[in-house]
Amino acid sequence: MIVAENLSKVFTMGENEVRALDGASFTINEGEMVAIMGPSGSGKTTLMSIIGCLDVPTDGRYVLDGEPVESLNESELAQVRGRKIGFVFQQFNLLARTSALENVMLPQLYAGATMKERTERAKKALERVGLGARMDHNPNELSGGQQQRVAIARALVNEPSIILADEPTGALDSKTGVEIMSLFQSLHRDNGQTVILVTHDSYVARHTDRIIRLSDGHIVSDEKNPSPIKAGAARDEEH
Amino acid sequence: MLLSENFLLALRALKANTMRSALTMLGIVIGVATVVALLAIGNGATASITSDIEGIGSNLITIRPGRQMMTIRNSTQAQVGSLYYSDYETLNKRVVSNVSGISPAFSSSYKIKYGSESFQVSVTGVMEDYLPIRSYQIENGRGINGSDNDSRSRVAVLGAQTADDLFGNLNPVGKDISINGVKFQVVGVLQAKGSSGIDNPDDVVLIPLETGYSKLFGTSAIKDGRQTVSVILLSADSSETVDTVIGQAEYLLRREHDIAPGEEADFNISSQADFLKTMDTVTQTLTIFLGAIAAISLLVGGIGIMNIMLVSVTERTKEIGLRKAVGASKNQILLQFLIETMTLSLLGGLIGILLGVGIAWVFTVLGLITSIVSISNVLMAFTFALAIGLFFGIYPAYRAASLHPMEALRYE
Repeated sequence: MIVAENLSKVFTMGENEVRALDGASFTINEGEMVAIMGPSGSGKTTLMSIIGCLDVPTDGRYVLDGEPVESLNESELAQVRGRKIGFVFQQFNLLARTSALENVMLPQLYAGATMKERTERAKKALERVGLGARMDHNPNELSGGQQQRVAIARALVNEPSIILADEPTGALDSKTGVEIMSLFQSLHRDNGQTVILVTHDSYVARHTDRIIRLSDGHIVSDEKNPSPIKAGAARDEEH
Repeated sequence: MLLSENFLLALRALKANTMRSALTMLGIVIGVATVVALLAIGNGATASITSDIEGIGSNLITIRPGRQMMTIRNSTQAQVGSLYYSDYETLNKRVVSNVSGISPAFSSSYKIKYGSESFQVSVTGVMEDYLPIRSYQIENGRGINGSDNDSRSRVAVLGAQTADDLFGNLNPVGKDISINGVKFQVVGVLQAKGSSGIDNPDDVVLIPLETGYSKLFGTSAIKDGRQTVSVILLSADSSETVDTVIGQAEYLLRREHDIAPGEEADFNISSQADFLKTMDTVTQTLTIFLGAIAAISLLVGGIGIMNIMLVSVTERTKEIGLRKAVGASKNQILLQFLIETMTLSLLGGLIGILLGVGIAWVFTVLGLITSIVSISNVLMAFTFALAIGLFFGIYPAYRAASLHPMEALRYE
């Protein structure tokens, strides 16, 4: 569960102060699937960094699973990231010349798991995203959709409380994008996983239950989406 | 994360850019190889010079004319003073205890001739004790003895090299040679001692000193109407008595030469130990000098490593961002890159040691110098390489570890 109160982030560029985030407050409960939307420059990347514990706010409070995070130092933040956040990026960010299995094992390495634990959990995560048969492939031997699945498996492997996805379909064609959205929905629906999607694409955002819109560092709307698009179903209808 | 995992990670990262890693390592390889090879060759040279000096004679004491201190500036001054045959007689008579041998010698260069072969060589007039003092062994025939001197016989003993040059495969013993036009009969040939590099002990002709005075040296050996000698050699009976003998000889010669106490003597006495000490200082200086040159090449190698690691950190900014995003702490990133640099210098160090030992071995096999590879030198070179890796690895690793995760992730 995320509780954000009056989050602000100020960057100093030369003599100018840029208020990337200006007093954002919201609560995201466990098991929710939420989209954070906004055009570029709206502060959504900054918000994502703070939610993902990649950065700390200049002002305000951020409580993650009951733990105040805003005042943690760098190494404590790294620990929280490893334990509680699973990242999915637009460009997948897989390590080249490294098999899918080893890519997925990476977060476990820093979590201090034994080799056996790492392998078992990574295999399980890859099977969960439907890539059980391609564990030994290197990223350059996989399609874009498959690479993003590996990245999702990597985000899942430490069993984080939140999956934080930054434009996860941005680098994929629409058909593969639908598959990935379907995977996120199934993680949310079947496993009760909290999923936060950061996107500028309203079509992607409409796959979630709740949409938070940002503009100029302010939250301009925070609404339930009563009828989310079902990614798998949409495709079924086409057939 | 275990150290071994970090090491494997580093190997993989280095393998990803094999060519670049190899070229980067080359700096360390060359540096370490140079250190190892130069030190091995330096050690070999020192050992060979030491054994040569020891081979000159055991517990040898050398008395030469001239002052003790021989700086380049007053080297002409050092020629002041002479040693006389009478000095030898005094020493021979008065210094008896602890001395196992004493012989004066007068050396001059003459043309020697046998058949059509002729060349210039150092001819030395000696007494009977000269051969044992200088540790010469007889290969063939006999040495110079007392009666040769008493009867002023025209006999000569040839060094191994001289015999070879003059006679080739013939047996020189019994043959007549001409020294500066004077006929001498060869009565013996010395065993080869091997070149010392200082002066070749095998390229000599020994004749009885008395014969030399009367038949060969002429006025060149006469000063103020007295017979001079180039050197007086003494052999102490053990290394402990060397200083006692030196003390006695100095006291006697100062009195003989009428030198007041406190005044500088017109002769100098040195022992083999002094000589060894001097040579030791020289070779040590040389070794330090060579080591310093090699260390500079290691330093350059280290800078090369740092350069490449900085490039690598920039190239892998996204990877660093990702590692941080999935939970890697600053220290873990620091360690990862530091170990990568250390692995590079460690591998470079190992290859460099092999190469250095190889070069030293080639020197030995080619007969240039019998190089000595010492474990401590190898360890030193290796430690130095690792230290270079550590030192030059810290900055790039720190740069990597200090990257802001979000900025690193978005780096293009």
